[in-house]
Amino acid sequence: MELLLDSLFNGVAIGSVLLVAALGLAIVFGLMGVINLAHGELMMLGAYTTYVTQLIFKLPILKPFYNSYIIVSIFLAFIVSGVVGILLEKTIIRKLYGSPLETLLATWGVSLILQQFVRSVPLAYGTGLVISLLIGLLLPTTFPSKIKESINFKYFKFSSWIFAALTGVLTGSVISSSVSKLSRASARNVDVTAPSWMRGQVEIIGTAFPKTRLMIIVITLISVIAITLFLNQSAWGMRIRAVTQNRQMSDCLGISTEKVDIITFGIGSGLAGVAGVAVSLLGSVGPNVGGNYIVGCFMVVVLGGVGNLLGTVLASFGIGIMTDLIGAGRLLSIWPDMPLSLSNIINFFATTSMARVMIFALIVIFLQFKPTGLFPQKGRMVEN
Amino acid sequence: MSLSKIKFDKKIVLSFWIILIALIIAAPTLLPVFRLNLLGRYLSLSIVALGVDLIWGYTGLLSLGQGIFFALGGYCAAMYLQITSSSEFPNNIPEFFALYGVEKLPFFWEPFRSPVFTFFAIWIIPALVAGLIGFLVFRNRIKGVYFSILTQASLLVFFNFFNGQQKLINGTNGLKTDVTQLFGQMVGSESMQRIFFWITAILVIAAWFFAKWVVKGRFGNILIGIRDDEPRVRFTGYNPVIFKTIIFSIAGGLAGISGALYTVQSGIVSPQFMTVPFSIEMVIWVAVGGRGTLLGAILGAVFINYAKSLVSEALPASWMFIQGGLFILVVTALPEGVLGWIQGDGPRNLLQRFGLKRKIETYPSLEVNNKEGNNE
Repeated sequence: MELLLDSLFNGVAIGSVLLVAALGLAIVFGLMGVINLAHGELMMLGAYTTYVTQLIFKLPILKPFYNSYIIVSIFLAFIVSGVVGILLEKTIIRKLYGSPLETLLATWGVSLILQQFVRSVPLAYGTGLVISLLIGLLLPTTFPSKIKESINFKYFKFSSWIFAALTGVLTGSVISSSVSKLSRASARNVDVTAPSWMRGQVEIIGTAFPKTRLMIIVITLISVIAITLFLNQSAWGMRIRAVTQNRQMSDCLGISTEKVDIITFGIGSGLAGVAGVAVSLLGSVGPNVGGNYIVGCFMVVVLGGVGNLLGTVLASFGIGIMTDLIGAGRLLSIWPDMPLSLSNIINFFATTSMARVMIFALIVIFLQFKPTGLFPQKGRMVEN
Repeated sequence: MSLSKIKFDKKIVLSFWIILIALIIAAPTLLPVFRLNLLGRYLSLSIVALGVDLIWGYTGLLSLGQGIFFALGGYCAAMYLQITSSSEFPNNIPEFFALYGVEKLPFFWEPFRSPVFTFFAIWIIPALVAGLIGFLVFRNRIKGVYFSILTQASLLVFFNFFNGQQKLINGTNGLKTDVTQLFGQMVGSESMQRIFFWITAILVIAAWFFAKWVVKGRFGNILIGIRDDEPRVRFTGYNPVIFKTIIFSIAGGLAGISGALYTVQSGIVSPQFMTVPFSIEMVIWVAVGGRGTLLGAILGAVFINYAKSLVSEALPASWMFIQGGLFILVVTALPEGVLGWIQGDGPRNLLQRFGLKRKIETYPSLEVNNKEGNNE
């Protein structure tokens, strides 16, 4: 019983990282039919945001609040990845609408650039760049409508970008002069240390659970609930669902699909950032950190289908629990006296990498019976 | 396309071939060994690019997992070379087995003692694996992005398998071939490398003709039909699954040959051949060269790899930026690739933009129809 609980918990912990990461991917894929290969790099940005936040909170002014940096970094990671995602949508993905394979390749190019960017640009100036992007994108939308409609709006926009660039350079140099670790570019992996209240373990029904993993599960839970509420209760959520179901019809009915695309892409990318915070708690953070999770996320999307968030949830926990069951060879300890031939097979697959082999085989078998995933979108089109 | 419509004089074609063959024969004496070896490797990569062009450029299937078949071909060749040169090691098995305490040769190594079996295995095994993966995916009408990410996932699966199995296939270290013997000669030696270069050059030309033959005629038309409108092909009474499976396994076989040639020239095969970036790179060679133009795939593979080695020698950090930019640029600005741009209306449009050539004013539908009729 204890063993089963342990295994279940580990599986849920693996699955919840997958879930936050895959949630954004699934929503964007459902809406635009686009798989974002840079999603892993958006996670990486989230993880680096956590690292930067941690270092900034070590400054004397913010030292008293150090313990809460992880909470702050969740929001910051959401914003950072979201802004980069919005920029990506505005500059590249929108141009390639209707050709998903080309989008796949372009986003791969973006992911290469982001990886190399983190390696060769000091994090302080990277932070400055993100801040200037944020201001440049958001400032024009806050102008009163009188200015927005005026013919000189483009000059206002231009000057706000200049202001944004100046602010970015300023913050970049302030950060780099005050935190020496951020002022040099480095390709090395960095470590995020959890605040003291998150270290150690909690005992529930006789089993010890590490607090960081519990925290990840809580983050996941909150993100899923927030997204569900947003999609089902808010006006924009309703528009997103409408465009997901039928883009042309929604367009005809006056929904601005352009705005819906931006918002969805921003939220999806932001969720990748939140997943990045979770990832940074599990291990060290490096330029390639996203790549370890991204294929798992794809499998969740393939397995879960795009019609329903429930599919994504079930698929991530399914994959998470199976990874733990197979990869740690737990079946053997649950059922100790199984026949030798079977236990040999299980021992053969009892490593993390071999568990992936097994799970992929299982997914391919599953797709033979349900090719469109657990909860397919219903429709009468020849192709979806 | 418009370039191919121009009827070249037979003499010009003949002299082109004579120059090409003369260059191939002369290359080993003209180039230093290091550059010759690089050129040979890139030429062998152009065979896998041909396969990518067949499935992506002609059939519209974007596979991100060609590395599987590439590496399988490489492993087949390397296993044969290792096993034939293992007579001086204990138990008559390749040296690395001793590191892991393996005394008996794993069963699947046995057939690779035979050169004939290896010769066929290099392209049949990858083709069979590709056919199996393809059939299982296509059968369920999984396509588009789904297909791409499934191939990427299977790539990762193969990578994990080959990376983790030290006792079977030397895991992450891979199999070395440069110190092995083939027909009494060391594979890494200069004279062998020269022969491999010639074999590669001949095989590239052969693969090009083969690919041209595949896309010619009705089979090629169906492939293009699947790319442009698969449901319509299905409603016309063809079964796209069969055609997709066949072309995918052809591409797999080509990848296998390419992998074997690359392995003997680079001296090692390792799970690094199955990493995700390498397989996506193959797609960008084709995209830059021009998809749907077979020559473009070859040129793209050779030139991009050559540029990569030059840039990486000079500025190691900048290649990732350049490559990333290349992906974005070619997809957004140059979707037909360089060769497709030249063969299409690209140069004329450019001249028109600078006012050097007058605009041709025709009825729009005429131009559209012309475009449709040039898939030959």
